Amino acid sequence: MAKGSTRGGRSLRGSWLASGVVTCACLFGALALSGGGSKAYTAYSLAVHKTKAIPAFARKYGLPCSACHTAWPELNAFGQRFRDNGYQLMNDRDSPIWQNPSYIPVTFRMTPNLHRESATKQAVDAVPGDSTSGLVSKTITQSGFDLSGMDLWTAGTLYKNISFVLLPSSDNTGAFHFEAAFVRFDNLFSNRWVNFKVGKFELDNLISEKRFLFLSGNGGAYQSYHFLPGGDINDFGLGDNQIGAELSGHSDNSYTRYGIAVLSSTDGEVNLPTSQSYDAFFTFSHAVDAGKLGVERLGAYAYLGRRPTYYQTSDGVAIPGTGTGNKPFYRIGLAGDFFFGDFELLPFVMHASDNAFLATGTAANVALPPGARDARWNSGFVEAHYYVNPQFVVTARWETVRMSQQTDPATPNDLGNVDAYSGGIRWYPIMFSRAGLSWHTEVSAVRTRGSAFAPTDNVWTSSLFSGLDFDF
Amino acid sequence: MRLHTRFVALVSGLGVLLYTAGATVGSAQETHIEGVTGHAAAGKKVYRRYCILCHGPDGDGNGENAQWIDPKPRDFTLGVFKCRSTPTGTLPTDEDLFNAMSRGFVTTNMPQWLPLSRQNRADVVAFIKTFSPKWKTTKAGTPITIPPEPTLTVESILHGRELYQKMECWKCHGARGHGDGPSAATLTDNKDLPIRPYDFSSGSRFMCGVTNRDLYKIFMTGLDGTPMPSFADDIKPADGWDLVHFLRTLQPLQTPEAAIWQAWLASHANELKPIGPPGTGQ
Repeated sequence: MAKGSTRGGRSLRGSWLASGVVTCACLFGALALSGGGSKAYTAYSLAVHKTKAIPAFARKYGLPCSACHTAWPELNAFGQRFRDNGYQLMNDRDSPIWQNPSYIPVTFRMTPNLHRESATKQAVDAVPGDSTSGLVSKTITQSGFDLSGMDLWTAGTLYKNISFVLLPSSDNTGAFHFEAAFVRFDNLFSNRWVNFKVGKFELDNLISEKRFLFLSGNGGAYQSYHFLPGGDINDFGLGDNQIGAELSGHSDNSYTRYGIAVLSSTDGEVNLPTSQSYDAFFTFSHAVDAGKLGVERLGAYAYLGRRPTYYQTSDGVAIPGTGTGNKPFYRIGLAGDFFFGDFELLPFVMHASDNAFLATGTAANVALPPGARDARWNSGFVEAHYYVNPQFVVTARWETVRMSQQTDPATPNDLGNVDAYSGGIRWYPIMFSRAGLSWHTEVSAVRTRGSAFAPTDNVWTSSLFSGLDFDF
Repeated sequence: MRLHTRFVALVSGLGVLLYTAGATVGSAQETHIEGVTGHAAAGKKVYRRYCILCHGPDGDGNGENAQWIDPKPRDFTLGVFKCRSTPTGTLPTDEDLFNAMSRGFVTTNMPQWLPLSRQNRADVVAFIKTFSPKWKTTKAGTPITIPPEPTLTVESILHGRELYQKMECWKCHGARGHGDGPSAATLTDNKDLPIRPYDFSSGSRFMCGVTNRDLYKIFMTGLDGTPMPSFADDIKPADGWDLVHFLRTLQPLQTPEAAIWQAWLASHANELKPIGPPGTGQ
């Protein structure tokens, strides 16, 4: 088995390299055919005037992707201000009356890719198909060409200072859900500090997981935003879009920002499946102009929530929405966005706590296991981007999660600890206001303490990913 | 000896020429704005990120998106700029370009670039100045002197209204300042493209700023490249302020000018003659 894996690995590496070479050749061929190579800014020189389907805001305003994004989809300071103004540039071209009647604010985004996923120390039947043969530890590997999910992003202004976002999103099987859907009212009382939106939206995280530059199976999410200790029944993820209402405000240049949100305790799920309680999220950040270094931002956040521990039942089956015995949890911390010229550093730290009933999965109407206590952990990451130019970025990230208090005192202190490493490059050979294409290549590995066999095991999961991330 | 003297003179002359050329080129490559020195090389990178799709790689206003934009993006190769603190026909100061970029243009696609660092904006200004040879041969104009704003009175507003009639502002901007005067539809800019006069009823921001001083500057310097002329040679500074006070009353805002004007109108409206062509004016 091990030998077979090795052979497979070599074969995959070969096909990955071949794919990369072919992809490069195709892209350079396209550039050459378009005559783009003769100009300094080759990407802008591709003939796109016949393109009909267009990224929503870039088409409306005629700006390049790089005006609002350090490297799309991550926002820069200008893009942040645009977003804070309710997707308006605050000139007189914001209202839909200025749009061409044929304008449809829709963007599609998808990423055909080649990837390899591997996980060590997985519990596998000793004899395939025989569940009585006992479990053995093995490395599981998958690889091949694949599809990502698809975003169907539609957004714009309904009227001056009234905007909307509707984002039906599918997984790679085509199963859709609403990733975001909200209406936003801006500059209420002619005051930029009073803006209000209601619906399903991304939390106002200073470092957005929805707009970041990692796509692989392991690197494509922040561990800090989703980590939960083993056995914890809390479903909350800081990176998950939530349903509720948000009051927010910002200074003229958006260097100072705040947000206060009240959210249903459903982690963004529709049909009110949990209880009737509410969560709250608070953010504040301030940026300074550091001259040649760039704009430096530091922010703080706090999420205070509750989750039910048991439900009303009918014939023993839980009735959705009747959750009760709510118990609290919180996530607090700091985040930054620091520029040193073309080098960007994104540090993040978080302290998290889940009530003992949530951490042990115990209904609040029964006694806790002896000695059970709140689960607490600290996490953080440092992400770095180097922008070689607006069309080429090199990325890296180191992340860690450390349990500071296990809910069961008998549990080893380090069980569940996580260390994650990611690195990659994104090259944008096509970057117009009407379409974008990025060749994204990424390597990511995550080490988790504890396996099904021993709490001292280190389980490694890793991803190799190379895909063509396009939107239009 | 004479040959040696001539040689020295020739070399010295060449040196002076080279030094002068170098100095002028150097100044075009840099900007100095309130303690920030902008560099064209750094500005090129910023320009490429933010500006190129409208203004084009050559700065001629023919970027990829120019065809869909109205009014068209500025053609930097001409070295003609609307918003200046300098007299008509002269180049703007670095601060003028910096402020224009930061402020944006409310009636065009040009947004406010306030979120960019001051260094980034100063760098872009330096780079923009490399597009036109004018910057290598001509210095920026000297900013006009703006006298202190006199006390606001209804007499000042009324005099400004008389000037609005007399200077024929209404021909383009219309009797009520809605940009619908009889000449409005015929106006073109310096590239023979149609251009609309400013509509004072459209909000609080003018083409080149929001303050009374900004408004004063607009008609004392003119908007070069547009039909809006400079009135510096036609009206006195005090008259300029009167015109400012009257124009403020045309805006849909709760301004001090509007408050005084509305109060006066409540009892004197029938004393006013309509603004318009000779024979109907006051």
